[in-house]
Amino acid sequence: MNFAEILEKYKSFDFEAFFSKLTEKDIQKILSKERLAEFDFLALLSPVAEKFIDIIKGRARILTRRHFGRTIALYAPLYLSNYCVNECVYCGFKRSIKIKRHKLEGTELLQEADSLAKTGIRNVLVLTGESRKESPVSYIADAISTISAKFATMSIEVYPMEIDEYRQLNLAGAEGITLYQETYDRKLYAEYHKNCPKGNFDFRLEAQQRALESGMRSANVGALLGLCEFRKDFFFTGLHADFLMRQFPAAEIGVAVPRLNAFGPYIPLFPVSDLNLQQCIVALRNFLPSAGISLSTRERPQLRDFLVDCGITRLSAGSRTGVGGYAEFEAKTEGQFDVHDTRSVEEIVAMLKAKNYDPVFTDWRRI
Amino acid sequence: MNDYLEIAGKKFSNRFFLGTGKFGSLERMKEAILRSGTELVTVALRRIDPDSPKCDILSFIPPSVLMMTNTSGARTASEAIKIAKLARAAGAPPWIKIEVIPDTRYLLPDNDETVKATEALVREGFVVMPYFSPDLIIARRLRDAGAASVMPLGSPIGSGKGIKTRELIKIIIEEIDLPVVVDAGIGLPSHAAEAMELGAAAVLVNTAVAIAENPPAMAEAFALATKAGRIAYLCSGADSFASTASPSSPVEGTIH
Repeated sequence: MNFAEILEKYKSFDFEAFFSKLTEKDIQKILSKERLAEFDFLALLSPVAEKFIDIIKGRARILTRRHFGRTIALYAPLYLSNYCVNECVYCGFKRSIKIKRHKLEGTELLQEADSLAKTGIRNVLVLTGESRKESPVSYIADAISTISAKFATMSIEVYPMEIDEYRQLNLAGAEGITLYQETYDRKLYAEYHKNCPKGNFDFRLEAQQRALESGMRSANVGALLGLCEFRKDFFFTGLHADFLMRQFPAAEIGVAVPRLNAFGPYIPLFPVSDLNLQQCIVALRNFLPSAGISLSTRERPQLRDFLVDCGITRLSAGSRTGVGGYAEFEAKTEGQFDVHDTRSVEEIVAMLKAKNYDPVFTDWRRI
Repeated sequence: MNDYLEIAGKKFSNRFFLGTGKFGSLERMKEAILRSGTELVTVALRRIDPDSPKCDILSFIPPSVLMMTNTSGARTASEAIKIAKLARAAGAPPWIKIEVIPDTRYLLPDNDETVKATEALVREGFVVMPYFSPDLIIARRLRDAGAASVMPLGSPIGSGKGIKTRELIKIIIEEIDLPVVVDAGIGLPSHAAEAMELGAAAVLVNTAVAIAENPPAMAEAFALATKAGRIAYLCSGADSFASTASPSSPVEGTIH
């Protein structure tokens, strides 16, 4: 079975009709349940449920504490390369944009990894733009092998690959994969990704499954909130995570909540408010108590501090989204997205400790 | 009252054991250890990064407290064995709590892999305390494999639901001549007392203490409840019959 089959079941589902029939009593009934089914999750994402956000958040806090305690795992991205062959309408790396392109190798790669390791970060997400020519699998595998001794855990956010390719990266040291479907709406997906390899919706959709089959132990899913009506996209994000949990019960499955900001002339068609983002996080926690939830530095500090209490279990810290951003040598490129929380790792640690959380740098080590 | 619990030649006067995960800070964790008087704590090796200057959980564990590495993160017997050996190589005491959990949703253990890991690690000279789903057949295998104690779960890790597996634990206590340490799912001090009243040798608690508003106070509460349950067990002996009522005043000779 694959997730596309589950998505297909909802092809004609009328979300608006579902939301319009919900009452406050329905939400109260759901909040009295111990375990939520998929339509309970959708109901908690509804406009009606907004009135109950504090109660949903209260439950989310308790569920997060039970499963994760007070630990928050810290991580940071490391951009290996920003070469890209795609033409995603919303992205800062798309091929038509005239920006400096660079990839890290040799001494530059080591310097970048050293600079990042000096911040204390031990959990690294390695990213590239999507270019099999400039960033082939072998290049990514070599880079991971080269720097893996400096970090406890490495995972990847790169173009979708075949099982054997994921296996190669796993052997090189990559433990997990993060890949956003961008949007689970096929029609919108096609419009956002015209005339490029990324247009293959299904190949991308099944990437986490292939990665976990290859031996990786963790996978994160997500939609780029703002590309489609968020309640629909986040519902499918939750179902995607739930599907992976059932297919791979030993794997650590997580959800990211990247919210698309305006980029250049591009403005998201379906803006997502702070309240909407909070609703996504607390609803997901109620649906999947054991799912990790990541929050990046796309969001501003005050909001990140608030959302930490809503069910977040992983925070990026001290992030640089340009290639060579940590070492800051000449080849530094523009970032893929604007970082709004520019606090250092120390500042993030201090914030978490002040809120009685335990920031954890190492949660897993390859043995 | 001399009521030591002896496991692998070591005597424990406090039958409350504490897990060190999920705390808000290492300082609070240490306070909880001290306030409860626990003599054994479990530590996840996966959290220890010897190269990281920012994390040194080991320095927060009082030297008089026995540190038992748990194989948290292991999904197979092979992974649990590797973790145990790494811990020993790093200088940790050879006490291992085996956790083989291939299920991240409910955190339920794989009993078969737990038996395999127990057999292998006992052969390697470890003091092995395996965590498992209460199953008498598995408990016998663990005993025969040389486990120093057995650790049946009360309910899923972190659920705080208490001793939901009560009847199965009672059977194991009755039939297995090893210390039975009830682990996982103990959410309230009264659950700890309940486990001890059943005849458990000790209890292990982590989440309920770590996530409490006041972990040191909660740790003390758990330790007291554990002791209370133990005293109650020693005073009452076997579990009383619950199905028949018994008048508190004698009726013989009062009815003509």
